[in-house]
This record gives sequence, C-alpha cells and structure tokens, in this order.
Amino acid sequence: MTVNEAVKTYCLRLGDDALILGHRLSEWTSRAPFLEEDIALTNVALDFVGRARLFYQYAAELSGGDATEDTFAYTRDVREFSNLLICELPRGDFAFTIVRQFLFDSLALLFMEKLKHSDDSRLAGIAAKAEKEATYHVRRGREWMLRLGDGTNESHSRAQKAVDELWGYTNEMFEVDALAATLIEAGIAVDTEALRAPWFESVSEVLTEATLTVPDTDWAVEGGRRGIHTDDLGFLLAELQFMQRAYPGLRW
Amino acid sequence: MSDELKLYEVFVRSRRGLDHKHVGSLHADDPEQALEYARDVYTRRSEGVSLWVVAAGDITASQESDCDSFYDPLDDKPYRHAAMYDLPEGIDSL
Amino acid sequence: MTRSFQTRIDAEQKIEPKDWMPEKYRQTLIRQISQHAHSEVIGEQPEGNWITRAPSLERKAILLAKVQDEAGHGLYLYAAAETLGITREELIDRLHTGASKYASIFNYPSLTWADVGAIGWLVDSAAIVNQVSLQNTSYGPYARAMVRICKEESFHQRQGYNIMMTLMQGNEQQRAMAQDALDRWWWPSLMMFGPHDGESAHSAQSMKWKIKRRSNDDLRQQYVDQAVQQALAIGLKVPDPALAWNEERGHYDFGDIDWEEFERVIKGNGPCNRQRLAHHVEAHAEGVWVREAMACYDKKRRSRRHDAA
Repeated sequence: MTVNEAVKTYCLRLGDDALILGHRLSEWTSRAPFLEEDIALTNVALDFVGRARLFYQYAAELSGGDATEDTFAYTRDVREFSNLLICELPRGDFAFTIVRQFLFDSLALLFMEKLKHSDDSRLAGIAAKAEKEATYHVRRGREWMLRLGDGTNESHSRAQKAVDELWGYTNEMFEVDALAATLIEAGIAVDTEALRAPWFESVSEVLTEATLTVPDTDWAVEGGRRGIHTDDLGFLLAELQFMQRAYPGLRW
Repeated sequence: MSDELKLYEVFVRSRRGLDHKHVGSLHADDPEQALEYARDVYTRRSEGVSLWVVAAGDITASQESDCDSFYDPLDDKPYRHAAMYDLPEGIDSL
Repeated sequence: MTRSFQTRIDAEQKIEPKDWMPEKYRQTLIRQISQHAHSEVIGEQPEGNWITRAPSLERKAILLAKVQDEAGHGLYLYAAAETLGITREELIDRLHTGASKYASIFNYPSLTWADVGAIGWLVDSAAIVNQVSLQNTSYGPYARAMVRICKEESFHQRQGYNIMMTLMQGNEQQRAMAQDALDRWWWPSLMMFGPHDGESAHSAQSMKWKIKRRSNDDLRQQYVDQAVQQALAIGLKVPDPALAWNEERGHYDFGDIDWEEFERVIKGNGPCNRQRLAHHVEAHAEGVWVREAMACYDKKRRSRRHDAA
C-alpha cells in the first residue's frame, strides 16, 4: 500500500466516525428535551457532518478519478465503513447521547491537538478546525455530565447506565493497527495508544465529580476499523443512503 | 418538582468597538449554560465577538408610570443641544 | 387609557412589555405569537423527517441548519410571548391540549425529497410575505423577533427553490417528483394566509390595533404573483386551471381555495395532525427528567456555594 493509499484509508476512518456520529446526533433535531438544547445539539451535529465532509474531500482528492465526498458517504456498504462501533449505536435516551459524546469528544480533543501537528498539512488543517469544535463539545459535555450525574436519582441512574453500556466500546478508540502504526511512524497519524492514559484521567475526573462510578470491567468490543459492525449500522445506512440507492447516480 | 428553567436576557457585541446590544432571551439552568446557549441560539451566523447574559430577574427597569417624572423634565432644556446655538456664516467646524 | 393607547398606536409608536394595554390586545397577541411559535416548532417535523435521508452531505448540512433555524425562530417567538406575562410551559401546555393552534400546512406529509424543496420554497415564501408585513406590528418584542426572523429566513426559500430547480434540470423522474410536490403543496400554501378578509374572525380589530398590517387577501395576492413567476421560470405548472394574468389589475387571477378542505385539516383531519402533535408531546415528556435534573443540580450547587461561603 502506498502512503497515499494509507492516508486515504486513514481519512475514511476519521470521516466515517464523524459522519456516523453526526448522523446519530442529527436524529435529535425536533426531539431534544427543550428548544435551546435542540438548537445546541443540532450545532454539534453540524460540526460532525462538516468534519466528515473535510475528511472525505481529502480522501476523494487522494483517490483521483471521479470520487467525491458523497461517493464515500452514499455508495459504500456496511463492510466498507470503518467507523468505531461507539459511533453507530442507536441514539438511546438523552443520557446515552450525552455520555457517548463526552467519552468520544474527550478523546477527539486530545486527538486533534496531536493531529494538528501532523506532517500531512491537509490533515493538520482539518485537525486545527476540529480542535476548536471539540473544545466546545467537551465543555458542554462536562457540564451535562455533572448535571445528569449529580442531578436527580433518575438522571443519575440513567447516566450511570449509559456509562456502563458504553464503556466496553471505548477500548477500540485507542487501538493501533498495522496501518495506523505505519502512519504514526511516518509522522502523519496520531498514536492513540499514548492517549489512553490522559483520556482515562480526564474522563475519570469528571465522572467522579459527577458522582458516577468508573466501570471496572474488561469487556472490550472491537471490529469497526475492519468493517465488522453491530447490526445497527446496516439500518443506519439504509436510511442515510436511501436516495442514492433508490435513484442511483443522480444530482440533487 | 418544577422543571421550569430560568429566563436570561442576551446581549451581543457584534464587532469590536461597538456596544453590547440586547438581542433576545432564552431559558437556561445557570449563567454558564445560558452563555453557551446564547452562543448556539444568537450567534449562528457570526453575529458576535462577545456575549453577555443576565438573569432577567436581576434587571431593574423603569416603569411606564415613571415616564412623566423621569423624562418630561428633560424635554425643556434645549441648551444641552448644539443645535440651539446659531453660528455666523462661514463657520462650520465649531 | 384605552383612548391614549389607541392614540399611541395610531401614531405608529410601539407598545412595549411594561406599557398598559387592553386585556384583549394582550390576549390577541398571546394567541397570535404563540400560534406562530408553535408553527415554527411543529414545522421542524416535515422537513426534519428528511435530515437522515438527505441525498448529499451538502444537502444534509443545509437542511440541518434550516430546521435548526425553525427551532430558533420558535424560541424567539416564545420569548416574545413571554414578555406578555405567560410562561413557555403554559404555552406548550396549550399546544398539547389543543387550546392553541399551529399552521395547518404542517399536517401534510413530506413524502419525497421534492417536498423538502416545495416546503422551503412555497411554505417559507408564504411565511415571509406575512412576516415582512409583521416587522411593523405594533408590539415591540414581536416586531423585533420578526426582523430577526426575516433576516435569517432569506436563505430558506432560496435553498428550497434551488432543490426544485435542480430537480427540474434532472431526468424525467426528478421533474415528475418536483411537479407532484408542487401539485400537493400549492393549495395548502395559499391557505396559509387564512380566510377571505370578509370572513376572518379577528382581522378588523387586529388591523385597528396594528397587530396585523395587511389583509389576508392582499398578502395572498402578493404571494401568488411571486410564486407563479418562480414556478414558470423553472418549468413547473401551477395546478390551478383558473390561473391567468390580469393585465388590468396587474396581478394574477386565481381560483378559489377549497375551504372545506381547509376546515377539515384545521379540525384535525389532515393526514398527520395526530402524529405531529404526538411527536411534540412525546419529546416534551421525555425531556421532563432532564429538566428536573438540571433544576436539582442547580439547587444542590447553590447550597454548596452557600455552605462554602
């Protein structure tokens, strides 16, 4: 595999994470607990869709030929999607969404701070923009974690349940496979394994402040990067890709 | 338990050098959250470079019944306005 | 007092929240502004249905931003209504019990992607014609909300029209999809302006109080003149056999609205009335525990600060 091909695959991973998580967030529009939050959640969804587009656009350039951002979003099947499993789980209740965002965004912030210094200037540029967004997302997420964790009994138990249900999906966020290792070596990609400890520290701190328990468990699911997904992704894609599948190749 | 959120008034400085201007209000739990929602609700199109939020209950406002005693006595003091003073022909930079 | 109030209105002075106002003026405003707010919020749904199915990433982003604006507009309007001494909670309660209405047009389904185009183009155009006139409404907070909303909405109709235009430049199937959407949304969009002037229950007093600035029929005519021209420009056929340019009037003549259909949908018998309301009731109910958590957390934090001090 050439470096270009490896960078393209890397872009698709990051683009897929952003698209699939952005899609789940976009399901909240008109369903949030109150109007202000409806608008705020939609803003976050827009950040993620925007991030996906930037990664896909770069992947399209690296592919040469006719590929566009939409080629990647709308014409690949489940096995070709390489997003982390945590991104595709159904949106659940508001606590599930908040906890998922908090766990993911906490890493995204650390990740983008590093990727900003990538030797690949395009990736570095995308990361610089994403870092600003992630800073805001984490700020929001942290405050919500405190409110839910340290709020009522009901909100506490919903938040704890979400933490417990999501925890096993976080391990995959740090794994470094052969492709990532090669790109880390080349100064292009981020060594996520090295982010495990700082992530755990900052997440545990907030969970504790929120009176939530950090799970002590070794269940850890993986597969997303290899195209092994939960059943949920197929249904998500069926909806996301409906138009392009029903009317292939048209402009809209 | 009441789930009614508090009302906050939002002020935006649209450019450096300008005053903060009242743009509307929103509901939030506390001032920090009000500030974040103000960002999401009132600056979606780069309308601002600075935000203030104030709990609506903390604002003391003049009443309509105050109008006569507050403002009318100020209407008869034209000497506070430059327009009252005539200038000789040719003088226009005073 | 009533007379000096009317004098102020006649002099085109705005009424502000703390001013004295006739109780009926207040109630009329609450009814109108909250109906307007509910319409924005319920209006998130027909287009929102397509956020997860938008045909390209760009369209997805545009649609998210557009539907988000509707939520924002709802928020501005609830805030304007609240200045009249009613809470958002009470307003939402009135929506849920059916005491307060929202624009009937949102009780129609959005069946195809072209509907997203038709709604943005027609429904938002009709709304803007009405809202532009309301920028001069006599109640200050309502007028200011309208100014803000009009400024933001200018992109809404354009993105809708752009979807229709793109479809009309596509293949036969896409053109048929666009025409079908226009056929279904045209008449409901005309109904948005309400009954004929003579039959409008609230019109006369609202005009006198300058809450309403232009009559239903007058606004409807302006909308028809604009929309017909826009339809023709991209090759769409307006589904009204009576439609004809009237040289003498300088306006289009058009057929009469099916008022029975209008009444039927208002009374709850549109295809989606129940779903639209149920969706809102459900989201609001599912939000109760979140709002309670916020209030509880805030209370705890305050008492902690108090203890620390």
